[in-house]
Amino acid sequence: MSVHPPLDEIQPEHASLYAGRVRVYPKAVHGTMRRIKWAVLIVCLSVYYLLPWLRWSRGEDYPDQAVLLDIANRKFYFFWLELWPQDIYLLTGLLVMAAVGLFLVTSLAGRVWCGYTCPQTVWTDLFMLVERWLQGDRNERMKRDRGPMNFDKAWRKAATHAIWLGIAFWTGGAWIMYYADAPTVTAEFWTGRASMAVYGFTFLFTATTYLLAGWAREQVCTYMCPWPRFQSAMLDEQSFTTTYQAWRGEPRSRHIKREADAAAHGDCIDCGACVAACPTGIDIRDGVQLECINCGLCIDACNSIMDRIERPRGLIAWDTLARQTAKARGVHEKVRFLRARSVVYLVVLLMGLTAIGTALALRPIVEVAVLHDRAPLFVRLSDGRVRNGYTIKISNKTRRPAAFALTATGVPDAVLTAPDIDALAAGEMILSVPPDSTGAFRILLAAPPVGLHDGSKPVEFHLRDTGSGQQATRATVFLGPNQP
Amino acid sequence: MPTKVEKDSVSGRLTTGHEWDGLKELNTPLPKWWLYVFLACVVFAAGQMLLYPSVPFFTGYFPGLLGYSQRVEVDRAVQAVAQQRAETVNRIGALSFEQIRADPPLLNAALSIGRITFAENCQPCHGTEGTGRPGYPALGDDVWIWGGSLAAIQQTITHGVRSEDKDTRTSAMPAFGALGSLKPAEMEAVADYVQGLFGLPPGKNAAEGQKLFVDNCASCHGDKGQGNQELGGPPLASRVHLYGGDRAAILAQINQPKHGVMPAWNARLSAPIIKSLTLYVHSLGGGQ
Repeated sequence: MSVHPPLDEIQPEHASLYAGRVRVYPKAVHGTMRRIKWAVLIVCLSVYYLLPWLRWSRGEDYPDQAVLLDIANRKFYFFWLELWPQDIYLLTGLLVMAAVGLFLVTSLAGRVWCGYTCPQTVWTDLFMLVERWLQGDRNERMKRDRGPMNFDKAWRKAATHAIWLGIAFWTGGAWIMYYADAPTVTAEFWTGRASMAVYGFTFLFTATTYLLAGWAREQVCTYMCPWPRFQSAMLDEQSFTTTYQAWRGEPRSRHIKREADAAAHGDCIDCGACVAACPTGIDIRDGVQLECINCGLCIDACNSIMDRIERPRGLIAWDTLARQTAKARGVHEKVRFLRARSVVYLVVLLMGLTAIGTALALRPIVEVAVLHDRAPLFVRLSDGRVRNGYTIKISNKTRRPAAFALTATGVPDAVLTAPDIDALAAGEMILSVPPDSTGAFRILLAAPPVGLHDGSKPVEFHLRDTGSGQQATRATVFLGPNQP
Repeated sequence: MPTKVEKDSVSGRLTTGHEWDGLKELNTPLPKWWLYVFLACVVFAAGQMLLYPSVPFFTGYFPGLLGYSQRVEVDRAVQAVAQQRAETVNRIGALSFEQIRADPPLLNAALSIGRITFAENCQPCHGTEGTGRPGYPALGDDVWIWGGSLAAIQQTITHGVRSEDKDTRTSAMPAFGALGSLKPAEMEAVADYVQGLFGLPPGKNAAEGQKLFVDNCASCHGDKGQGNQELGGPPLASRVHLYGGDRAAILAQINQPKHGVMPAWNARLSAPIIKSLTLYVHSLGGGQ
């Protein structure tokens, strides 16, 4: 726990149960890890900010936004996909698979999610860029923060927070565009015609972005996020993590290293570059720890120092604990990606994704349900026949009007009727459902009460989509007086 | 509580000074901002207590400075719904049956109102969804004593059958046996004929019974027992009968007929509600 002053420096009489926050002033670094982080940041933020503006033609009367979660109409559009609320299990499956994917990546490469793609990391990085641009790098910021308030300090601070709020507002605004047509909601927003929900959620996400990325930062990772607490369950000695190669660095000393006395001095010159670069303010040389988000910026920081003192790079590197132990003994050990742990995660992931993909591909675009009337179970007619009532519900998920030819089999001499629908020749009845909606039809089936064992007889309703020719059959019962 | 803070020799960290049976607790300080968030929550809670109803007394409660009340909110919401419903009900009242049926959302609303009204008022006699019971007609079949068109159903619901309404539908079958207009043997002969209409094998004196039927019964029940909705004469050439379908039931009805009563609903239900109820009853399957 290096976020607060080292506890062994506190005198017992000053020990407190509450620790003040120690501000972290991460120093700018340059190198491979930093470049990867910038690239990931640009991709993630571009997708987040620009995706709602991507258009996707679906034809007239349909939203032309590529990704739109239309809560009011309960339709969810993802490019060519249109999901209805009853498809929610696909989302559940996708979230479960996302978790398993996270487990897999963590077991292989440690907390790369935390260090590179977590929104908390991405936005904090962006906010730090603004901070560094206006207030300078680590030393300048520390000096200014210690100094008295003056005009220079005041405008730089004010400008930083203004830009932060601007980014936060853009972030909050982009969020609501996923739930409403982006150009429309933007126009409504600025002309005061948007709903209170739009303004409320924009404010909420503006506030949380500003607070979490501007103020809370590493406190989120250390004290709020549950993931660091249980990610160690996915890690083992074969997982890649950002590690300090203690066998090579120790004993650290400030001596200039020479080959001659390499045994007496490790490669670490205790310059503190890794600590200064750390966005969570820890010392990576203390080993794998909860606060470390595995961003790898200390690797870049250390490599630039190693270059300068002409020692080999990689004193801090992505490596596994097993390889470290082997290297300390002077042995080279192979990386083992295939372990029971990673294989199990991979198999579960592939099985899950296959299941979701299959469910998605086979997802019925027309759903049919047949419900027998609860009361009366049957009605006697004047000519002695028996009549049963059914409600047939057809969900037409296609974007064209659909017509279904309905027939019933299983009951001899059965006649299908329905109020307001004309039965066609050959006992077929046509049920029309408008595009993208659900139709409910009350159907009456009358037949002589013959052969009703225990007052019941199986009956099947067949629906044929007159457009596509697709068939659907639903089995139910025809009820009447008990006739042994 | 002993509060001797000391340094733990293994971890190099301080203890809280607490000790239980020799076990000492390491000090892992909570971030101060966390404490402040907790205090802010306390302040928020105090504000909430002050602004909203909070402290209960024996005879009441502290209503809060804003005077907020969930009962008032519910009343407001109920009124808003009632107002919205009133608009729908007014439209149902103003439009004809054809116009309502041409407007699917309005028809849906009318059928919902009808279903609820039926469950509250009609179900005790006519059964769930108009299932019917002996003496109380089923509403989903194709037999109508007074007519199954929308207008006829509306008339029956509004004014009732043998009710106290001045426009009530009314019919009375003479008690042929009790008044002596048919002798017991003649009644047996009529029953011989009528049970044939009912779908049972005709009795041995059916031919004689038919003559008696034409003279006494055909004016209301029709010459072939097909019924007469104008006069409220139930069809006899049918398998559906209000008071039973066996010979004993036929004889009982000829001798001393039962006459059911349905109240007039215009005193209890408004015209648009009766209209909705009519559409619902018509939709049960028997509407003509």
